[in-house]
Amino acid sequence: MSRLYVARNPRVATRGLGDETMIMSGRDSTLFTLNQTATILWQSADGKTPLDEIVGKRICAEFEVEPAEALEDAETLARELARHEILQISEEPIPNQNFAGESR
Amino acid sequence: MSDLLEEMTVKALGLNIPLSVQLDLTYRCNERCLHCYLDHNDKGEMTTAEIKHLLHEMAEAGVFILTLSGGEIFVRKDFFEILEYARRRLTFCVRLKTNAILIREREAARIRELGVESVQISIYSHRPEVHDAITLVPGSLKRSLDAIRFLKSQGLRVIIANVLMMQNLADYPGVRALAAELGVECTLDPTITPMMDGDRSVLSLGIAGPALRQVLRDSTLVGEVDEFCATPAKPRESELESTPCSAGHTTCYVSPYGDVFPCVQFPLPTGNVRRQRFADIWRHSDRMNEVRSIRMKDLTTCSSCTHAGSCTRCPGLAFMEGNMRGPSSQDCEKSFARTGIPSANMLAKKRGDPNLVQIRTLPVPALDSRTGALG
Repeated sequence: MSRLYVARNPRVATRGLGDETMIMSGRDSTLFTLNQTATILWQSADGKTPLDEIVGKRICAEFEVEPAEALEDAETLARELARHEILQISEEPIPNQNFAGESR
Repeated sequence: MSDLLEEMTVKALGLNIPLSVQLDLTYRCNERCLHCYLDHNDKGEMTTAEIKHLLHEMAEAGVFILTLSGGEIFVRKDFFEILEYARRRLTFCVRLKTNAILIREREAARIRELGVESVQISIYSHRPEVHDAITLVPGSLKRSLDAIRFLKSQGLRVIIANVLMMQNLADYPGVRALAAELGVECTLDPTITPMMDGDRSVLSLGIAGPALRQVLRDSTLVGEVDEFCATPAKPRESELESTPCSAGHTTCYVSPYGDVFPCVQFPLPTGNVRRQRFADIWRHSDRMNEVRSIRMKDLTTCSSCTHAGSCTRCPGLAFMEGNMRGPSSQDCEKSFARTGIPSANMLAKKRGDPNLVQIRTLPVPALDSRTGALG
């Protein structure tokens, strides 16, 4: 099975609020909030670390969750966030992007 | 406000976080609007470095929504440097308020590139002879409308802000039709704000009496008129325990000189970011905490008013009238125009009752920190 890579979209607005993260979509001003687990995923989404590694090293290390189930949940969340252009997902590492969305 | 934003606001309130801040970058302006409450002379604006430092402090304090306003923001030569810093480096959700007459294709593209959430533009009329007579700048309507088209062509969210006064009273339907034609949102505000130095002469431009009543009973604006203008229900206990508005609770305002106020319409100085950390002012200012301590039940006159549960009372306007716990006559006017029922404040004035507004005549210093009243 191929690995999935996730990267934050630099165009969104974001701020922590307690143990959650607020995110405003740059596309349509929709507001999202991420819970503690999703916040870890968001913070770790550097485009270089595969999702299964984020789940194994960051999420399973912090919460008592079964790895396969956690990975499935993380993939669902990542695809949902990608649908709103908050995260980018790819089966290849994602290069750093500048603000206009151009690779560098 | 969306349900989620409301939920986040409640959470921010519990955590004492300033979720939303308006920062005026300058009071200088390239228009001279008749009703403007600002002194446009530069009395020592914050430098680029000072503003960047402040933005860092705000981000650390948890500010998410940053509204950049003025004056006219685009007269600052470093505007895009500040905007880029706020968006790219500090990931604020940025909203702009502008007259837009300096926005051309290039600026619109840059605003889009930097991911600005929305741009609010003041439009007073769909007719140049009315709009330009308010801004005192010939050709300003055309330039603002051109800018709206440039911004829209970039896919940006644009909001027309239509301040209503006697000069443009008849034109709001035209402005709304124009907004629909341009595919942008439109807000209408019949509130004229006194000058920040307390001068109330501009209030004479505002609409009142039958004209205000006509606006507040326009179904194209308010929806179900009978419902909007219904006799107010007696305020519930929970309403009397609630806070009057978000000023000082989850929002505040910073002037171009670094002064921090509960709101742009609430000129109670609570500190200055050139001398104190933003978070320290927010958390520890006695005046900010005093504003925070006020509940509806503490309001002199208003807590016993029949309109208490539905009034749009602005604590800042009340403060400028003499007492932040007192009534705001402009909002009394609105409640009366809406329902035909006089407010407790109006009845008291009619009876000649002494009113705390008379605190203005007391021999107190220029600003009394206990009452927040203007001397």
